[in-house]
Amino acid sequence: MFPASNLNPWINMADITLRVNGSEKKVSVSPETPLLWVLRDTLELTGTKFGCGAGLCGACTVHADGNPIRSCSTPVSQVSGKNITTIEGLSANGLHVLQQAWIAEEVPQCGYCQVGQIMSAAALLAKTPNPNDDQITQAMNGNLCRCGTYERIRKAIHRAAGNGGAR
Amino acid sequence: MSPVSRRTFVATGVAAGAGLVIGFYLPHGSSSQKDSFSPSAYLRITPDNKITIVVARSEMGQGVRTALPMILAEELEADWKQIEIEQAGASTLFGDQTTGGSASIRTTWDPMRKAGAAAREMLISAAALTWGVPRSTCTAESSHIKHAATNRSLSYGDLVAKAATLPIPSDSPLKQSKDYKIVGQRLPRVDSLAKVKGEATFGIDFRLPGMKFAVLSRSPKIGGKVSAFDDKESKKISGVSYVGKIGDSSVAVVADSVWGAMEGRRVLNVTWDDGPNKDLNTAAVMASLKQAASKKSASLYLAGDPTKAAGRHISAEYELPFMAHAPMEPGNCTASYQPSKCELWAPTQVPQDCRDSVAPAIGLDPDQVKVNVTLMGGGFGRRLEHDYAVEAALVSKAISAPVKVIWTREDDMRFSTYRPASLHQLSASLDGSGYPLALTHKIIAPSISGQKGQPTPNNVDPDLPDEAGPVYGLPNYSIDYVMTETPVPLGWMRSVYALQSAFALESFIDELALAAGKDPLQYRLHLLAKDQDLTYFTTTWHTARMRGVLQLAAEKSGWDKPLPPGHFRGVACFGCFASYMAEVVEITMENDQPRVHRVVAAVDCGQVVNPSILEQQIQGGIVYGLANALRAKITIDKGRVVQGNFDDYAPLRMDESPAVEVYAVPSVEAPTGIGEPSVPPVAPALCNAIFAATKKRIRALPILS
Repeated sequence: MFPASNLNPWINMADITLRVNGSEKKVSVSPETPLLWVLRDTLELTGTKFGCGAGLCGACTVHADGNPIRSCSTPVSQVSGKNITTIEGLSANGLHVLQQAWIAEEVPQCGYCQVGQIMSAAALLAKTPNPNDDQITQAMNGNLCRCGTYERIRKAIHRAAGNGGAR
Repeated sequence: MSPVSRRTFVATGVAAGAGLVIGFYLPHGSSSQKDSFSPSAYLRITPDNKITIVVARSEMGQGVRTALPMILAEELEADWKQIEIEQAGASTLFGDQTTGGSASIRTTWDPMRKAGAAAREMLISAAALTWGVPRSTCTAESSHIKHAATNRSLSYGDLVAKAATLPIPSDSPLKQSKDYKIVGQRLPRVDSLAKVKGEATFGIDFRLPGMKFAVLSRSPKIGGKVSAFDDKESKKISGVSYVGKIGDSSVAVVADSVWGAMEGRRVLNVTWDDGPNKDLNTAAVMASLKQAASKKSASLYLAGDPTKAAGRHISAEYELPFMAHAPMEPGNCTASYQPSKCELWAPTQVPQDCRDSVAPAIGLDPDQVKVNVTLMGGGFGRRLEHDYAVEAALVSKAISAPVKVIWTREDDMRFSTYRPASLHQLSASLDGSGYPLALTHKIIAPSISGQKGQPTPNNVDPDLPDEAGPVYGLPNYSIDYVMTETPVPLGWMRSVYALQSAFALESFIDELALAAGKDPLQYRLHLLAKDQDLTYFTTTWHTARMRGVLQLAAEKSGWDKPLPPGHFRGVACFGCFASYMAEVVEITMENDQPRVHRVVAAVDCGQVVNPSILEQQIQGGIVYGLANALRAKITIDKGRVVQGNFDDYAPLRMDESPAVEVYAVPSVEAPTGIGEPSVPPVAPALCNAIFAATKKRIRALPILS
C-alpha cells in the first residue's frame, strides 16, 4: 500500500513543453492538470473560458492540431507536442473571418461562451468550408449558450463560409 | 446623498467653476481632469472632444453599455462614433444601481435624456456667448454647435471651458421621437469586438499582482454547518497555502492556481453538522404548498365578485418546480482586503448591495469598501445575490492577500438561489357562449423577499406587482396570493413570478377555449375586444395594447393559414415589467417529445431604443424560456440539491433552438422592460401547441420530466 499522497498526481510536478499559438512554452505543472488552467493561470491566456469543468458546455474549446478539444477535461500531458491554438492565436493578422462575421451578425450578448463557439466554428470551416445547417448543428451542438444566440451563430457561420471561411 | 441634494450641489459647484465639480463627482476609477465639462455624473466632455458616458447599470449581455449611452447621446446631439463608455462601480451618485426587473432603460430613460439635453443647451449657450449671437440662431449637431448664418462651427471640446461656467438648466427641452437619429437605430454593440477576440475581461478573468485563488467547500445539506475539518491532505497539494473556515458553513482552500485550489478541496475532509433540513425533499415542499392552499390569501387584484358568478364551472391546478439560473460564467469575485479598506472586482447586478453586505462582514464601514463592476458572463438574476462577494472579502481578510474566489459549475448548481416552486389553482364560471363570467387565480408560493428578511407588505411578495397582473378585462376576476416559506434558498430568476403566473393563466385560458369549443386565438381576442384599463398596483394594463401584440403575432405567424402536416401551434400572451408580449409556438411531435420549429414573438415595449438588442433579448428570452419549460428542474433529496452540471440540468442546445421572429409594435410611449417579458409566454404557448398535437394537457413543468 502506498500512502494516499503518493496517489495524488498533483504532487508530482513535471516540466512539460507546450506549443501554444506557434510558440514553445515550458510549464512546470502536474501532468494531470487540465489544459484550461495551464492556459488561463500559467500562461495567462484568459480568452479561453471555464464553464462546466466536464466537457459539457464547450466554453473552453481550443484546437489541438486543428481539432476542437475541451481544454477543461484534457490533461495537459495529453497535448504535449501538439499545436495548441487558442482564440488569442486564431488569426495571425487582424480578425478571423468568423470573428468578422460574429460582429456583423451581432452575435454576442454576454459573450462568455462566444470564444468557444468561434473556436468550434473555425474547426468546422477548416474541414467543411461550406457547411449546411445540419453540419453546423452537428459541429456546434456541444457549445452551450445561455443567452440563446444560436440563431445568430448559425447566420454568422453561413456568412463567414460565404466569405471564404476556410482560410 | 439624495438625488435632490445632489442636484443642488451640482448647480452650486458648476457655478463656482469647472474643476471643482469633477473631483467630487466622478465615479470610482476615473482620473480627475481639470478642464472637462461634466454637468452630470453620467457625462464628461474634455477639450480634445472626447465624450465619456458613464453607465450605472451592469452589463450581463443585455446591452446596457450600448443602449443607455444611446439615450444620452441622442439628446446631446453627439457623434456616436466619438462616445467612450465608462462603467460605474458602486456609487452614491446614481440612486439605486440594481440591474434587474427589466428596469435599466425604464429607470434611466429620463435621467439620461435630461443629462444629455441639459449639456446640449449649455453647449449652445456657450457657443452663443462666444460668438455674441442669439442662442436661438445656434444649433447642435454631431458634437458641434453651428451658426448657419455665418457658417461657423465649434466642437463640443472647444466649448468645454465656457460651458462649465454656466448654470445647469433644469427644464431643457427634450427631443421628439420623430427627430431621433440614434435612438431606434440598429447601432452595433460597443462590446462585440472585445468579446469575439477573447479580450473582454469578465469577473473570472480579472487579475491582480500576487493574487491567490480560492474555492470553498460548502455544506452539502441546506442549512448545514462545519463541525470540523482535516486539511492534512489538502496541504500536500502543491501551491495550497491556506485552508480555513469561512463563516459557519464553509471551508476555503487557497492556492496559487485555480486547479491547485480545486485539488486541495477534493482531498479536504470536512465533517458536517447536517442541520435542520437533513431529510428535506422536493415532494415535501410540493405537499406543503398544497397544504397552504387553504390558508388565508392576500388579494393582488379584484374586479367584481367572482364568488357570485353562476355558470358552467371549470377548475385546474398547475405546478412548477424550483429552477436554477445557471449563467455560463460561474460565480466569482476578486477581493483585496487591507486593514482599513477593501476593494472588490465583482461580476454583480447589485454593486451597492455588495458594498453594504461586505462591509459589516469584514468589520468595515460601507465607505471603506470599493466595488468595481466587471463584465458578467450572464446574470439572469443569479448575480443579484452578494454571496460570492462576501466570501471573497472574508478569504482576502483571512489570508491578508488579494484573492479570487471561484465557484465550479457544481457549486453554482447546488448552492444557488432558486426560482420558487409554486402551485396555482384556477377556476372559472363560463356563460352560455363559453366565455368566463368569473375567473379566479390563486398563487401559492414562497416569498423570495420574505426569505431574505425584506419587507412583504400585506403578505404580498414585493415582486408580484410587476409579475402577476391581469391580462383580460373580465367582469369578475380575482388574483390572490398565499405566501409560504421554505428552507430552499430562493432567488430572482429571469422574469421571476411572471413565468409561473403566465404558465398557469395562459394554459387555463386554453382549457377554457377548448371547453367553449373556440379557437384559442379568437377566444383571447374576444376577451380583449373591449378597450379597458386594468389597474394593478402601480401599473395600468391596457387591453388594447395586449390585443395589439396578440393580433401582430397572429398575423405574422399566419395563424389563419393551414400548417404543414404534422405541425401544430399554440399561442399565449402576458404582460410584465410594463411590457406586452404575445408568442405563437409551432411544433411537431417526435417520439412523444415536442420539437419547436418556429416562434413568432410580438412585443409592445414603447419606444424601441436599439432594435438589434431588442431582438437579441427576445430571442434569448425565448430560448431560456424553452429550457425552463422543457427540462429545468431542481430537486432536493435528503437536504441536498440533486443536479450538478449541464448533464442533469440541461439548457437548450443548437439542435433544439427554434427560429425566432421578433416584431415590435411601433410606439413612441416611454420604453418599458425587455430583458424578461419574452420568457413567460413561451411555456404556456408550447404546452398549448402540445395539446393541439396530442390532446394531452400539461399542468406541471417541466414538460420532459
